Amino acid sequence: MAVLNEEQEMLRDMAREWTVNESPVTEFRKVRASGEPEAFNRDAYATMAQMGWAGVIIPEEHGGSDFGFLSAGLVVEELGQTLTASPLVMNTVAASAIVLGGSDEQKAKWLPRLASGEAIATLAVDEGPSHDPAKIETSVSDGKLSGTKAFVHEAHGADLFVVAAKDGLYLVEKGDGVALTTRKLTDQRSHADVTFDGAAADKLASGGDSLLDDVLDRARVLTAAEMLGMAQQVFDDTLAYLKQRVQFNQVLASFQALQHRMADLFADLAQMRSAVEAGLQAVDGGFGVARAATIAKAEANRVMHTMANEGIQLHGGIGMTDEYDVGFYLKRARVLEASFGSSSWLKDRFSKLSGY
Amino acid sequence: MATQIEPATQTDEDAFRAEVQQFLADNFPAELKGQSNALAGVDGPTNETPAQTKWREAVGARGWGTPTWPKEYGGGGLTKAQAKIIDQEFAKAGAYNPIGGMGVMMFGPTLLEYGNEAQKQEHIPPICRGEIRWCQGYSEPNAGSDLANLQTFAEDKGDHYLVNGQKTWTSGGQWADKCFAIVRTDKSDKHKGISFMLIDMDTPGVEVRPITMISGTSPFCETFFTDVKVPKENLVGEEGQGWTIGKRLLQHERTNISGGGSLARLMGQSLGDIAKKYQPTGADGELADAVLRDKIADFEIRWNSFLLTARRAMEESKAAGGVSEISSVLKKLGTKLSQERSELLIEIRGLQGLGWEGDGFSDGELEAVRAWLFGKATTIYGGSTEIQNNIIAKRVLGMLDHQ
Ligand SMILES: Cc1cc2nc3c(=O)[nH]c(=O)nc-3n(C[C@H](O)[C@H](O)[C@H](O)COP(=O)(O)OP(=O)(O)OC[C@H]3O[C@@H](n4cnc5c(N)ncnc54)[C@H](O)[C@@H]3O)c2cc1C
Repeated sequence: MAVLNEEQEMLRDMAREWTVNESPVTEFRKVRASGEPEAFNRDAYATMAQMGWAGVIIPEEHGGSDFGFLSAGLVVEELGQTLTASPLVMNTVAASAIVLGGSDEQKAKWLPRLASGEAIATLAVDEGPSHDPAKIETSVSDGKLSGTKAFVHEAHGADLFVVAAKDGLYLVEKGDGVALTTRKLTDQRSHADVTFDGAAADKLASGGDSLLDDVLDRARVLTAAEMLGMAQQVFDDTLAYLKQRVQFNQVLASFQALQHRMADLFADLAQMRSAVEAGLQAVDGGFGVARAATIAKAEANRVMHTMANEGIQLHGGIGMTDEYDVGFYLKRARVLEASFGSSSWLKDRFSKLSGY
Repeated sequence: MATQIEPATQTDEDAFRAEVQQFLADNFPAELKGQSNALAGVDGPTNETPAQTKWREAVGARGWGTPTWPKEYGGGGLTKAQAKIIDQEFAKAGAYNPIGGMGVMMFGPTLLEYGNEAQKQEHIPPICRGEIRWCQGYSEPNAGSDLANLQTFAEDKGDHYLVNGQKTWTSGGQWADKCFAIVRTDKSDKHKGISFMLIDMDTPGVEVRPITMISGTSPFCETFFTDVKVPKENLVGEEGQGWTIGKRLLQHERTNISGGGSLARLMGQSLGDIAKKYQPTGADGELADAVLRDKIADFEIRWNSFLLTARRAMEESKAAGGVSEISSVLKKLGTKLSQERSELLIEIRGLQGLGWEGDGFSDGELEAVRAWLFGKATTIYGGSTEIQNNIIAKRVLGMLDHQ
């Protein structure tokens, strides 16, 4: 755990208390059972926004607290632990695009509403099933944006889309010229292909050439933070299970073959935490962001992948049941792993950033 | 004006930095630039040149080789921030820290914690001055991972102990002046029968026989003790406290093996850059072998997050006061990764990366081969990886003892 300041500790403790008491995995089960494509609880999100979580990276003059990404990551990590379904991550990423690239007018119009929870935004970049920001066909002419975005996270609840077009990022409001096709993924959260057909688009004109990369790096570190919480939870649940399950007249935790696998996972988790926290801190520090975010997401992918598999294996048959939570973590893990950079994509980027 | 304690300010740091720079200008012999510290390693005898002696004495006199140790015992009495400045300035000047070895890495910190005043006065200052080489008398032929099974016996003879038995794998035993050893003082209790004592290597009855390693060097020895007299004042702590003290020392050892300077130095050169010298590249300067490129990136990402983990552990342990069981995690990760790096280096260089000797190979290539072979020891000594896993599972995760 990074060394935190007092505000950050309070924020994390508050998030932990709320998720454990008000948003345990049973809440996610309810969301799933409701079958609503937007797949989150509006009341719960309103409460989260009231606690200030939607505005953690938004400047104070626009209604946020401006605590930064390490702070946002602390909240997201807690939400990940209980698989709380909410658009908080995507809303934060989309808000960061406006913070970095918006005009004063755009900021004044959107940021206070995104901070208060009154409006929800998301990010729409990829146009195929694999993350590839170099392959964008979406284009804008005369302020009208056209193109199709694939598997947009939290699309159903979004009032505002931050859309990547060939020549930059645009704000597009839901409504005329915006059509959603639901894509149900294994994590049972909100995903949709979004077709923009001459939708009114407002360019995020500041932020320079690197705006899209900068925003995606923020998506990477926050997604990695969610995965960190998930990995921690799978580890804790698995360890607790091994300590109470008896076979051969002894608890499973007494078998060395299993002890060593847990020691491996524990060490992996330590690495994942270091990488994710360093990624969040790099965004706050504004230095070495691309590299740090690549490492953060790559480590999150690697460790979460193994953690989810081992979590199931070490639970035995019960891990395969829908009644048990561990399977939910596996399903969400793979969706996040494929989003904003698969492991091979990230390694390619790391090589390029390193000059080989 | 109210009095208050001022935190160290930028100007304090600048002043100290200037002091270090001046010290280097006055004392560091130009001919030593770029050399490394022979005394810190355990793989060769020291035949110091006059310049090396001069440099060691200059650093030792200030206590700057052990900058954070207490001044009263010859350390620098400096803060961590100041120690870092010394590191940075030495590195900039191409100067090595001439004070090292097991005395600095593991024995000194342990003695500062458990030794009595007379022992600290006697043994710490010579470590700070780099005058005394210590070796570690722990392992025995039948006490490796099961270290507490050690049988070397110290019999109470009133004013001294009479030590008989055999240690093995004693790194640097043939060059050491003194040995910190764990020995048995009570045969009736496996753990509580162990005591920690200090043995002069030139005491009659101590005999060392070097062993040759797969890397071709002989850095370690068998050490035999036959009726070796050890004065009672060389017992550290109480009789029977040796297991506790001995384990504490291992935590320092593990922290050093994993997070120590040698690994950080390795990180200096990107494997990707090395690979570009040995392997074909494409139009954008990228490695043409996509599989190798992916392997290198995969390694370097994990290596980076390991370094971040070592740094995080240091920051977190500052408050908690020194080394802890996290040292097991760092040791396990760091040694595995450095072995992987050595293997990748060979893969990158092909047969050119497997040279044993001769003009057809650069110094760097040859050193990498020896380091690759020696590196296999890192997952064995200081408690093997399997033993670290046991420690993590039982002490950190609270999993039960297996049968
Ligand atoms: C280069 C080098 C330098 C050294 N320097 C020193 C020194 O200066 N001083 C000193 O005292 N010692 C030194 N050692 C010794 C070192 O500490 C021992 O080699 C180490 O403790 C392992 O003991 P062992 O060799 O007897 O292996 P063993 O204990 O016989 O182990 C053999 C294998 O079995 C595994 N194993 C053992 N027990 C368990 C278990 N309970 N569960 C699962 N797996 C297990 C081990 O991990 C290992 O893989 C050095 C060793 C090397 C290689």
